[in-house]
Amino acid sequence: MTGQGRFAAWGIGLAALVALPFVYRDPYHLHILVLILIWSFAYTSWSMMGRFGLVSLGHGGFMGIGAYVTALLWNHLGLSPWIGIPIGMVAAGALALIVGYPCFRFRITGHYFVLVTLALSGIVLQVITATRDYTGGSLGYTPNRASGNKLLALQFDDKTTWYLIALAVWLGGIVVWHLIDRSMSRYALEAISEDEDAAAAAGVNVTAEKLKITLISALMTALAGAIYCQYQMFITPDTVSGIAVSLQMVFAAIVGGLFVSLGPTVGAVITILLAETLRIGFGTRAVGWDNLVYGVLLVLFIIFLPKGILGSLLDRLKPQRKVPRAHEQKAVQIARPGT
Amino acid sequence: MQAFLDIFDIYLLEAVINGILLGGVLALLALGLNLIFGVIDVTWICYAELVMIGMYAMYFMVQYYGISYFIAAPFTILLVAILGALLHYLVIAPLLTAPPINQLLATGGVLFVLQSFATVAFGIDFRNLGIRLPVLAFGDMNFSYARLLSFLAALVGMVAVYLFMTRTFTGTAIRAISQDRQIMALMGVDTKRIYLITSAIGGGLAGLAACLLVLQYDVHPFVGLSFGPITFLICVLGGLGNFIGGFIAAFVFAEIISLGGLFSDLEWGYVLAFAFFIVMMFIRPAGLLARRR
Repeated sequence: MTGQGRFAAWGIGLAALVALPFVYRDPYHLHILVLILIWSFAYTSWSMMGRFGLVSLGHGGFMGIGAYVTALLWNHLGLSPWIGIPIGMVAAGALALIVGYPCFRFRITGHYFVLVTLALSGIVLQVITATRDYTGGSLGYTPNRASGNKLLALQFDDKTTWYLIALAVWLGGIVVWHLIDRSMSRYALEAISEDEDAAAAAGVNVTAEKLKITLISALMTALAGAIYCQYQMFITPDTVSGIAVSLQMVFAAIVGGLFVSLGPTVGAVITILLAETLRIGFGTRAVGWDNLVYGVLLVLFIIFLPKGILGSLLDRLKPQRKVPRAHEQKAVQIARPGT
Repeated sequence: MQAFLDIFDIYLLEAVINGILLGGVLALLALGLNLIFGVIDVTWICYAELVMIGMYAMYFMVQYYGISYFIAAPFTILLVAILGALLHYLVIAPLLTAPPINQLLATGGVLFVLQSFATVAFGIDFRNLGIRLPVLAFGDMNFSYARLLSFLAALVGMVAVYLFMTRTFTGTAIRAISQDRQIMALMGVDTKRIYLITSAIGGGLAGLAACLLVLQYDVHPFVGLSFGPITFLICVLGGLGNFIGGFIAAFVFAEIISLGGLFSDLEWGYVLAFAFFIVMMFIRPAGLLARRR
């Protein structure tokens, strides 16, 4: 596809998405669409790190902080979410930096990185549960209904407004993805994920680059949590925080394909539609079935389609776009004889 | 004031001893996971879920079919050992050459499968064995027999694994593979078979842990999430694959949880333990007992 054609396709697609709620008003389907958009944004944020080999299971923690900080500030201090959301994002970002800096500085990678971040989401979950006097513990938490200005409280009753907000946020996520995709950081991070020492030797500031992407990813995830809280008006530690949420992000991103910009979105569409279909199809008997199918699919995908549905599809459509890795290896060997 | 201090000390001592007893079970859990990691170089994120399945097996055998606890226990251990071998054969073996992250995520998928399988098959009710062991009173302190029994069984299990690893040919082969996986195939050891045996032993240890945990805790599909993460953290803290480190780390963690729980809620004990873990990762990234490079 040429550059102009691609822009035209994006433009038409976006126009269709914006126009949708004005043409089609079924509240249930709009609700599903809003959920898909919000979760797509969260999954996209996760993939920003995941695509560079920084597999984090701590994103449930960032999401929980975003959601709970916003809601707590609103309920206890009466602070509008317009201020609360940035504060929540800053809190999540600060936590990401506090944990991320030593991790990257001391070269904690691979399994160890995954498990440190796992501890992080464990901490956030336990803190939310332990401070049950303020957060309601595992019973969940509801932001107070706004009595005055709805806009100030970021609480809207109609689905159309929420759909447009979620669409804007999701689009923002995709734009950030493309900005990173075109930046120098992307090449630096790809080099780091291939070989950290070689990247450092080539003049890449490994710690700074990793911190940058972690910060962006954490900020976006916190925003997703806050938006989810404002939309659902009810959060529990298990739906916005903890290890299950983190694994769910990983799963959706992998099913969709975490190396292409729309991959996480495709993953969100598939997982949420799957869950909803099973829920409607089986009714109350479906408790657990959706996760059973999730799990089986996740295992099958990792074994047979590690690039995800969209990633594999795009690879099939345009083969040989990239120079295969083996050739690069050879080129390196020619350039460095004797290695 | 003096009376207050006396009571306080008794509680402290009780918490310390309870921590040691808890540490025994955690050490057993960590041992199985460490074995798998040290030999196959894979982290089973779903390890705690295997324990959960084992707990259900115990529950059904004892409650439904009325089999005595001590006859049901070996069957449970065998069942979970078979599950462990199956997990390796079906999920890990095809991914042995894949990036380590993929193996970890695939077992994350198995976690979903086992959890939701339990939800679908057994429902989300909390179930317990209905065996209530008496409480041992020692001075003013109370200890549950269940914990004491678990602690002793965990110690026996660990000694058995140690003897197996050091005194038998298969055990020696397992240790050798964890040192150099390429060369052992050239020495005439069938690595695939060793991997399967190791997975089965790891599963068997999970089964043993299940038999012991079912005495103390109710079973429900999400019970794995309550002690799964802590098990990984113990393994990492001790150094993945380092048996002695894992053993010590289990007791350190158990003490933190137990003492943290004494001064405040149990959740804060966990928060403290997690925070301690993150700090330790920065001080000793390769585990408590790692030698400085």
